[in-house]
This record gives sequence, structure tokens and C-alpha cells, in this order.
Amino acid sequence: MAARVTKSLLNYFRSAGSRQFSSDVRTVTLIPGDGIGPEISAAVQQIFTTANVPITWEEVDVTPVKGPDGKFGIPPAAIESVNRNGIGLKGPLMTPVGKGHRSLNLAIRKEFSLYANVRPCRSMEGYETLYKDVDVVTIRENTEGEYSGIEHEIVDGVVQSIKLITEPASRRVAEYAFQYARNNGRSKVTAVHKANIMRMSDGLFLRCCREAAEKNPDIRFEEKYLDTVCLNMVQDPSQYDVLVMPNLYGDILSDLCAGLVGGLGLTPSGNIGEGGAVFESVHGTAPDIAGQDKANPTALLLSAVMMLRFMELHNHAAVIEKACFETIKEGNFRTADLGGSAKCSEFTGEICRKIEEMSG
Amino acid sequence: MAAIGRKALLSINTLRPLVACFHTARGLHGVAPLTSAIQAPVSKPEGRTTATLIPGDGVGPELCQVVLDVFQNAGVPVDFEEHYLTELYARRSESLDDVVDSIKRNRLCLKGILATPDHSSDGELKTLNMKLRDELDLYANVVHVKSLDGINVRHKNIDMVVIREQTEGEYSALEHESVAGVVECLKIMTRQKCRRIAKFAFDYATKHGRKKVTAVHKANIMKLGDGLFLKQCEEVAAMYPNIEFSNMIVDNCTMQMVSNPHQFDVLVLPNLYGNIIDNLAAGLVGGAGVVAGASYSSDSVVFEPGARHTFSEAVGKNVANPTAMLLASANMLNHINLQYYGDMIRNSVDRVIRVGKVRTKDMGGFATTTAFANAVIANLQQ
Repeated sequence: MAARVTKSLLNYFRSAGSRQFSSDVRTVTLIPGDGIGPEISAAVQQIFTTANVPITWEEVDVTPVKGPDGKFGIPPAAIESVNRNGIGLKGPLMTPVGKGHRSLNLAIRKEFSLYANVRPCRSMEGYETLYKDVDVVTIRENTEGEYSGIEHEIVDGVVQSIKLITEPASRRVAEYAFQYARNNGRSKVTAVHKANIMRMSDGLFLRCCREAAEKNPDIRFEEKYLDTVCLNMVQDPSQYDVLVMPNLYGDILSDLCAGLVGGLGLTPSGNIGEGGAVFESVHGTAPDIAGQDKANPTALLLSAVMMLRFMELHNHAAVIEKACFETIKEGNFRTADLGGSAKCSEFTGEICRKIEEMSG
Repeated sequence: MAAIGRKALLSINTLRPLVACFHTARGLHGVAPLTSAIQAPVSKPEGRTTATLIPGDGVGPELCQVVLDVFQNAGVPVDFEEHYLTELYARRSESLDDVVDSIKRNRLCLKGILATPDHSSDGELKTLNMKLRDELDLYANVVHVKSLDGINVRHKNIDMVVIREQTEGEYSALEHESVAGVVECLKIMTRQKCRRIAKFAFDYATKHGRKKVTAVHKANIMKLGDGLFLKQCEEVAAMYPNIEFSNMIVDNCTMQMVSNPHQFDVLVLPNLYGNIIDNLAAGLVGGAGVVAGASYSSDSVVFEPGARHTFSEAVGKNVANPTAMLLASANMLNHINLQYYGDMIRNSVDRVIRVGKVRTKDMGGFATTTAFANAVIANLQQ
């Protein structure tokens, strides 16, 4: 039953995808975010305009407002916008410190039931790290698992935290992983688990992955223990391709992979949901350099490129991505975090120049 | 610990006959002797020490054989009580009780890796590893991750100690299917055990002259469970003003580990994160074949490889790297105050790796396990 529901949903997505392929101008919700968010969002908008990407932006503010229940939350207008457009691009958001505020990131994730977090990590030419052969994609289940938030102190000094694994959620993310692999020309999916220790919960997740693998015989499938993946990843990252895993493992592995290629400032991220998809940069708001034209817009730009691919605007995606990679590779206009001295606007300008060159 | 009392200093002459036999093995792989810091045995037991030996699954038995050969050639006065324990062929395994009795009696064990299949033969959720740890209360797993000269890896000069709680947390084997398709898995954290491991970490840091302890957690999400762990670490840290204390969220920790591992000194972690970081750190210095570890209870110690992989695909191929097992055995000898032998074996392994003529596959060479073992034996020096 659940399988059928998921399948029909996937079909819905596919058909929606082909509709998106038309040359109509589509509207995308833009959440610029806090700190350096507005400047890097502006950079992305400028680059998109230069590349003549057929989308219009609908900018929304997600500063929490007091809802009817007295709790602070995302303004209804912002929710409506994402629901209407089905696609959003989001800069970094500051989670207010203190009680009573739910993390906005979490709220957005919940609101649009964004069940899969996709993070491609690729070594970038021109920004050398110790690892030169990284090209992996982590796909993380994003709605349950260790982050269910169910915890209680049974007796004084004894806490139990509940990790929740359900069949529909596991199946949904497993099937998405294979779908992603196929749509992006990837050849292998690795399920990362710890079913030798958590035999029932991770066992269930693993079973769902196996079932999805059976339905997708064109994509290679393998199972690996989380610890083995960590060990191999730092020795030889090239042996992995697409990795799919439950929430906590995904959190850990995606950051590990980002570390291999130089940190969160370069890695894009997409959240795929049933009601839409939100692409975002996962780095912080960097309030210390906000408004000084120093920030590096790469992560948000690459997230926007992921978004274009999701919308099947592959040509535009390729042009922008190439311009961005080449600008970093040449190294004349690197921002401070990459060891250069260029301003955000200079970096953006160079990417735009390259795009014009390519299209002209 | 009782063994320590039996030790007495003895001159090198008395020792000679014991170690004489290694000369026969010195052959092709011998290199010019280096001057050792230890010129004479620092301690020598009156009798022999008995330790429990669990060869384990996968390449464990092959690696244990290497240790036995090296011990014999070095004349190490240790006898082993060998027990075959396995979860893979449950009916052929010795009973856990017998093994536990043996370890409790000897307080000392050298162990290969036990495989943990996804499904147990009797439907039990607890793995044999967990049962062994619970029975003996082996609460602290210590893995000293240190770069070895001669291994070609990206990161150099790594030296950190990963201390992992391994009797609770995610490894509690409490799971149930509340309704069909919905599984709840409990992670248990208790104040007592969190405090115990925190105390262990700071005591370890004090004893080994370490400067900093970092607690790794995910208390921003698991506010109660990991929060409890973090709070206990903070409280214990307050009692050790000479040791710097910091904390780090586990995902950030993995990122820092691959980009700047030198910032870490001693790390203390709950069970699952410990498993992750152990393996990650082992990967940084050359993999599961070269890192030794040990699990401590309040009165016994189990020495074993630091990253737990059975390497079952290499069984019988004579390609596994015995370094981790040999270093674990050397640590065991140091633990029972047989530094002379412990250092002899460690120095020999170090020398073989540094010279780099005999390298197993994981180190980029083509030497067999036996060739490596022979090289180590040939390099044993008085």
C-alpha cells in the first residue's frame, strides 16, 4: 500500500518534471536569509539574469511572526509562496538562541515535509585539499530517525532517546536515491547502515533499500556499515558514488564529505519533499563579514544549479556551473575563504563575464 | 594487576636464553641494529603470565598466529589460554561463560575481531560483542591513533587518543516494532556511566601527560541524552583544572578530523560516535590494519585492533596486515610490566614499517602476512 502511494507520488513528480521542461517562465521562491544571505542571494540573482534563466524570483521574508497559537513561526505568506511555486532557494538562516524559538530550518523542513537531503561533494579544481578525487553524493533521510526529538528521563539519571525508523519514510528516501542516481548519471548506490548493531531499526531501513535496489536493477547497489564507510572515505573516497542513509548517519557523513573538499562554503545542498523542494547553502550566516561584500556565494550558487537540474533546465545549469568552476580554478577572483582577496561582487562579475563569453 | 607484584628486576644475562632463539630468524630482513633507549630488561617476572586469547573471526586467527610466532621468537614469558568464540557459527563457538571466566581469572586478554552478523541465530538483538562487553563491564575503549613513520598517507603527525563508552547508548539492543513498519530503537544514557567514562578520560589524560580533552556529542539535537553526557563531562572537567576541556558536535568533529586533525588530543565519546570516530581516525593513519586498541573494565583489559573489521574477504589469502594485532600485543606486554618485550616488539614493527621494504597490500606493497611476520621477527633486538 505504502509502496503504491510512494510510487504514484514519484510518478506525479516525473510528470511534473516534464511539465517543468517547457519553456514557460517559472516562479521560484527566494528566501535570502540572514547575515551574508542577502548579498549572496543577490549574486545568484545577478548570475541567473546574465544566463537568461527562465525563472522569476518571488522574494519572501521568513522572520518569525506570532501565530494564532501564540508561538512564533514562519509567516503564512512565505509558506504559501513555496507551496504555490513548489521550489525554493534559501540562504543561511540564523536560529535565534533562547527558548521558545523553533529552529527555522527545522520548521521549513517540517512544513514542506522535505524528506531527503541531498548533498553532492566534489573536489574543486583550484582549491586544493588533501583529497583530490572526491565525487560523492550523500542522501540523508530527513524526517525521523535519531532526530525524532522523543526523549525522556525514565528515572533520575537515566535518559532514553528514541530513534524512530518507519517503513514509508525509509522506502521513500531509498527510492529517491535510485531515482537521483539515474537522473544524474550515477552508477552506484551505497546504503550506509549499522544493522549489525541496531538489527531491527537499521534492519528495516536496509530492507527498504534492498527492495528499492531490486526495482532498479540498472543501478548498482551495495551495503556498507557506517564505520567501514568512514574508514574508507578518508582513505579512498573515489570508491563511493551515491550514499543513502538514515538521519544521523547522513548528518555526520555529509559533513565529513564536505570536510574532504574544503568545507561547507563550497558544498550545495537540496531538500527534496513531497510538496516541493528547497535548495539551500548549509554554511552559517557569518555575521562578522555581513554587508562587507566579502562573502563567497559558491555554495548558494551551486545549490541554485542543483535546483536548475531538478527543474530539468540542464543547459543553464551546465553553463553556470562551468563558469563558476573555471573562475575558482583560474584563481584570479577568489574570495578570502579560498585564500584570495576578491570581493563577492568581483567574483560574481567574473562568473557573469564567463557566462556572456560562453553564450556570446 | 596482581601480576605486577610478581615482577622483579633482573640482569640481561638471565634473559638471554629466553630470547636467544630469535637469532635463528634473523636473515634477509635484518637491518643494522639501532640503539634502543632500553639497554637492559626493565622488568622480568619470576614466572609466566597467562592471558586469554580470542582469535576472533575473519583474519583474526591468522593474525593471532603471527603474534604467537613473534612471542615465541622474542621469548615472551606469556602463555595463552585460547578460546574460540564466534557468532557466525554459533554452535561451534565455546560458551560465553567459559570465556568470560577465563578473562576474569587472567584479567588479561588478547582478542581478534568478532564478526557481528545482521541477524543472530536465535533472534536476539544483542551481539556477542555486546554480551562480552556487558559481562565483563568493559566500559572504556581506548584507541591511540598515531601516525607511523613509513606509511604513505595524506595526514602526517597525527597523535590522538579516542576514548569511547561502550556499554550503553545506541548499543543497548532495545528495539521494538510498535506497529507494523514502525520501529523504535532506544538509546540509553545514564548519569553514572557518562560520569565514569568522563572520569576515565581525564584520568587517562593526566596519566599520559595529555593537555586537552574534547567531548564529542550531538546535544543540540538530543538535548536530554547527549546533554546528560556533556553535562557530566563538564562537571568532571571542573575537577581537572590542569587539563583543557572543550566540546564539539559530532558532525563538525568529523569535518575537522579530515581537514585539521592536529587540533585533537584526547577525545571522549558516547558509544556510536566513538565507533565512527575510531574508524575515521584509523583511516587517517593507514587503516584498520595498523591501529591498536584496548577495552578496559575496572579490573581487566582486552587488547584488540582499534578499528574493528574482520577483513573476512582476505581469509586464507595471507595478505592481512598484522601490525594492529602486534601493536595491541605489545601494549598488552607493557600493561603487565613486560616493557622490555613490549618495546622490543613495538620497535621491531616500527622499524619494519619505517624501512618499508616489507609492506602488506594495505600499505601499498605486495608482501604476505608471513613475510611481514618474518621481517618483524628478524628485527627483534635485545
